Amino acid sequence: MIPGEFNYFAPTTLQEAVSLLTQHAGGAKILAGGQSLIPAMRFRLAAPETLIDINNLTELQYIREANGHLAIGAMTREASLRDSDLVHGRYHLLADAARVIADPIVRNMATVGGNLAHSDPANDHPAVMLAYNAQVVAVGPSGMRTIAIDDFFVDLFQNALHEDEILTEIRIPKPAANSGGAYVKMERKVGDYAISAVAVQLTLNGNTCSAARIGLTNVSAVPMRARNAEQALIGKQLTDDVIEAAGMAAGSECDPSPDLRGSVDYKRDITRVLTKRAVRAAIERVQ
Amino acid sequence: MTDKPTHFADRREHHSPKPAGVSQTVATSDTIRVTTPPEINGMGHRMKRKEDPRFLQGKGHYVDDVKLPGMLHMDIVRSPYAHARILNIDTSAALAIPGVIAVITGKDLEAHKLHWMPTLMSDTQMVLPTDKVVYYAQEVCCVIATDRYIAADAVESIVVEYDPLEPVVDPFRALEDKVIVREDKELKTNRVWHWEAGDQDATDRVFSEAAHTVKQYIYLPRIHVSSIETCGMVANYDSSMGKMQIYMTSQAPHAHRTVVALVSGLPEQKIQIISPDIGGGFGGKVPVYPGYVVCIVASLLLGKPVKWVEDRSENLQADSFARDYHMTAEMAADKDGKITGLRVNTLADSGCTDAAANPSKFPAGLYSICTGSYDMKAAHVNVDAVYTTKPPGGIAYRCSFRVTEAVHMIERLTDIMAHDLGIDPAEFRMMNFIKPEQFPYKSPTGWEYDSGNYHAALQKAMDMIGYAELRKEQAEKRTRGELMGIGISSFTEVVGAGPANDFDILGIKMFDSAEIRIHPTGKALARFGTKSQGQGHETTYAQIVAEELGLPAADVQVEEGDTDTAPYGLGTYASRSTPTSGAAAVMAARKIKAKARKIAAHLLEVNADDLEWNVNKWQVKGSPEQAKTIQEIAFAAYTNHPADVEAGLEATDYYNPPNLTFPFGSYICVVDIDKGTGEVHVRRFVAIDDCGNIINPLVVEGQVHGGLTMGLAPALYEEIVYDENGVCLTGTFADYLLPTAVESPKWETGHTVTPSPHHPIGAKGVGESPTVGAPPAITNAVVDALWHLGVRHIDIPITPEKVWKALRDAGVQD
Amino acid sequence: MSKHQVTITVNGQAYTREIESRLLLVHFIREELSLTGTHIGCDTTSCGACTVLLDGAAVKSCTVFAVTANGKQVETIEGVAQNGQMHPLQEGFWEKHGLQCGYCTPGMIMSAKHLLSKNPNPTEAEIRQGISGNLCRCTGYNKIVEAVQYAAEKLNADAREEIAS
Repeated sequence: MIPGEFNYFAPTTLQEAVSLLTQHAGGAKILAGGQSLIPAMRFRLAAPETLIDINNLTELQYIREANGHLAIGAMTREASLRDSDLVHGRYHLLADAARVIADPIVRNMATVGGNLAHSDPANDHPAVMLAYNAQVVAVGPSGMRTIAIDDFFVDLFQNALHEDEILTEIRIPKPAANSGGAYVKMERKVGDYAISAVAVQLTLNGNTCSAARIGLTNVSAVPMRARNAEQALIGKQLTDDVIEAAGMAAGSECDPSPDLRGSVDYKRDITRVLTKRAVRAAIERVQ
Repeated sequence: MTDKPTHFADRREHHSPKPAGVSQTVATSDTIRVTTPPEINGMGHRMKRKEDPRFLQGKGHYVDDVKLPGMLHMDIVRSPYAHARILNIDTSAALAIPGVIAVITGKDLEAHKLHWMPTLMSDTQMVLPTDKVVYYAQEVCCVIATDRYIAADAVESIVVEYDPLEPVVDPFRALEDKVIVREDKELKTNRVWHWEAGDQDATDRVFSEAAHTVKQYIYLPRIHVSSIETCGMVANYDSSMGKMQIYMTSQAPHAHRTVVALVSGLPEQKIQIISPDIGGGFGGKVPVYPGYVVCIVASLLLGKPVKWVEDRSENLQADSFARDYHMTAEMAADKDGKITGLRVNTLADSGCTDAAANPSKFPAGLYSICTGSYDMKAAHVNVDAVYTTKPPGGIAYRCSFRVTEAVHMIERLTDIMAHDLGIDPAEFRMMNFIKPEQFPYKSPTGWEYDSGNYHAALQKAMDMIGYAELRKEQAEKRTRGELMGIGISSFTEVVGAGPANDFDILGIKMFDSAEIRIHPTGKALARFGTKSQGQGHETTYAQIVAEELGLPAADVQVEEGDTDTAPYGLGTYASRSTPTSGAAAVMAARKIKAKARKIAAHLLEVNADDLEWNVNKWQVKGSPEQAKTIQEIAFAAYTNHPADVEAGLEATDYYNPPNLTFPFGSYICVVDIDKGTGEVHVRRFVAIDDCGNIINPLVVEGQVHGGLTMGLAPALYEEIVYDENGVCLTGTFADYLLPTAVESPKWETGHTVTPSPHHPIGAKGVGESPTVGAPPAITNAVVDALWHLGVRHIDIPITPEKVWKALRDAGVQD
Repeated sequence: MSKHQVTITVNGQAYTREIESRLLLVHFIREELSLTGTHIGCDTTSCGACTVLLDGAAVKSCTVFAVTANGKQVETIEGVAQNGQMHPLQEGFWEKHGLQCGYCTPGMIMSAKHLLSKNPNPTEAEIRQGISGNLCRCTGYNKIVEAVQYAAEKLNADAREEIAS
């Protein structure tokens, strides 16, 4: 499978990249890891006129804690998350996801920024970032702005970035004390998209859940939070019944499409089951 | 050949091989026989493979590695409809692209009468359509360009107008003949053939008298071999020599050469097919695909080399498939649980043509082996094949011609009967196995099994896995609602097609060949009519020659695949190489040994009768220091041979096997099921295989491991799925799922050795046993885990959703 | 048509070529450089037969444009043996019968090479996860795992020897 032709630029600075994107806005796509874009181009499902290759923007490869959040440069390879002590230390939800995105080789090229910017509900990071209440940093010709994750995913494969903006950084608020997170994914085999996956980040106050955010993968057209499931947990002691109720809520409020991975009923029930497992795993990790 | 009827009329008779009756019972042992020292590396040695160095260093030579000066590239426009008339093909935009040399359509081929071709089952298949298409992704026209990127652009630019027709997707509906797939045939029906085996009356009587019967509909869906290398060809017609040289991903290069000669009219001695290194075959590189034919025609017409290598999505959507058998099977037993009979009705979804790779008298392959390892009075098997608007089925996907279907059916029925009667499945099998003293065993469908010891294999598997403890663990877990299952599969395989009486492909008998030539300096060149696609022939055949002649295996150069030099053979598939060419190697070596004796007698100045053979030399009886090694004899063959003997030391053998061989085994699988998600986890899998005498245990282990993963894959993951329009939904590896090292368990293997009494070295062949034996072991384990909830059967692939549904229906959830 | 000049170092040797922007790295390696040890097995980035090292990390070369590799280092199977001496991974695959048809083997070895460079003492589970981006249809994976274990042991023994000396 051979892609169609395209114009190609390989800027070496972020400014250059923004300027090129502005020039070609509407007809250009950013090439980051390429692990979603290139397969689409090989089947000619995507056929951008121009590609702006940002793989030389090493300035966008970092993982550091600053100002109360974990800052991840958009060009950080998924594999780097696995190598990061910071991530493994406090960001267990993210560490869980980093283990199950695609396969280990794809993770050497695929980027965190690319995974979010692609805005595919089947990708793993959208649910993770929703659970973390992350922010996305975008840089365009008029400068930098931050976008709350709840405002980021707009429609299937569509997000709130303007045509001339590049996603440069993801910010995950440092988890409060007594917080824990987990990502539980069911896939048919390594490398497949999820049948369903659930990202949970919660905070306990004594025995009571004081905060909870739950993101769901591949059970809706737009990456979504399981808000009813969250409400089923918040303010309550996390007994088996409460967790079951959260699971049932997540299963009901998601909106899966039937496909080779499963029927609607199946995906709903898996979402219920995985929500319970993710909640329990998050509780185990509370620190 | 082309005027044979293209479908089989009602066939009441069943062709069964009539072997040279051998009446000895063969003993079973645990030991692998080794009679040569390590320097010689004869049979039984775990010799490192001779072919590996080139693969390890990226110097393998596969078809897509071939680059010839001036080579052009071919790409294919394919149909988005399963059934549609072609109204118009507009190639003008393509032809305007610089670098596009030609576009070939069905009309172009029709001018040379090449738009249709014969299949291996004497049916016919479109090369390129002139009227309509009959499967999704069917080849519509071909572009030839200077490079593959331009060819791809050209394919995108061609506009085809279709008038869609109603597809024929459901084979049961196809039987109604409302929409006819093959309008080209005289008889306007979708029925292809009817075939039977066994004795219907005797079987019906047995069933009417039975104390217990079980009946089960079992569907084995379409699957695809998916070797990591797809199919491809470089066709190179040199008009100055009138020679067509073809590099081809072929498991049977000589047979393909003959077919090319017959179809194209090119003289056979001017056609050379080179099957170089092949990246996996598994049966998928036996058919002649339309792409190959157009590639050859393009080279012929353009006088230049043309390369065609298919993409994975083309491979999955358009190449031939395996399985697709709808089996309604019944088993009868007496009051004590002794199986008395088997009755099966099967509908075979043939796709758009009968292009199965079966011996011609066996349209349903060796399916009638389905009485399996069990002694029973009577059996009857009915198979009907029907056309549908899908690519052709009938690939022998690592199954020796439908043996997977047969074994899956009998092993499932056996387990269902055992569970129904409340008898432990291992005990039930032991009770019903053919006993060692019953061999050679004549089955109710006409097979004569050469040797076997099913009790020993099953017992060994049970001991190795700790069967009794596992049953205790299962019982205990069940009280706590945990789902654990144990499944057994005790299969009998039938391989090594086959004896000339009954086995031919397009009339060519299924012998196979070996040609061995020893050089003056005592090294040998050995060529064969088979073609390895990873089975290790460069090593195992050398080990056979080493065993027979005492020439170190390292000194024996094995070659296969070049039809200009290799002796004629029918190729490698259906685990036939060791039974046929392996035997030919032995017989050729023995001819050489006999000649060597005369030369040795001449050198030692004794009578030939005074000599005895000792590993690698002829020595004087009673005076062993008077000896000549095979190397000394080889040198003498060119420098000092007796007057009444020709120079040289070589022999060829075309081996006609007297019977098929019957490898067997017992597999036991332990699964744990996740109640919440329905996921099946294979906790343990023990495989005991008996392939007779073992040539190279390392190679056999590799074959077993690989075959087990290829059995796990259809059991849990693989399925070609069509929607109601006949569109293939699983056309890439994103949806056609192959297990990785994470999904594939750590296989535990062992062996028993029950030699074949009729094979010259007692070997049977092993490549396909595990693919045959594993799926029912896994299925039986899953059903065993769920039996107490009322589940009797689940069709493969056993997806988590199927298990989940069975659990929910039984009121179980997490 | 968008053509670009690139310089890519492959197995230690720099190659400068003018190529289309859409040329996939695997085609650059196989067709431009005639290094045919890297194979193509699918079209959905699933099989890993095309795995090479790009600046030391395993990548699927069918899903990288050659232009992206401009100025970078690529290592293919042809560069693994050094001075005619096979690498412990190649030895291990040979000793343990970790290959049959050989088609997935170059990709497997490159993946394993990267795995061992990051994790010199992998458990069996880590090996299986490490090669889960590479499909094999012949071996059933058992002996590939043993091959990687062999190589890990050999590399660690060599490293201990080097430190000692």
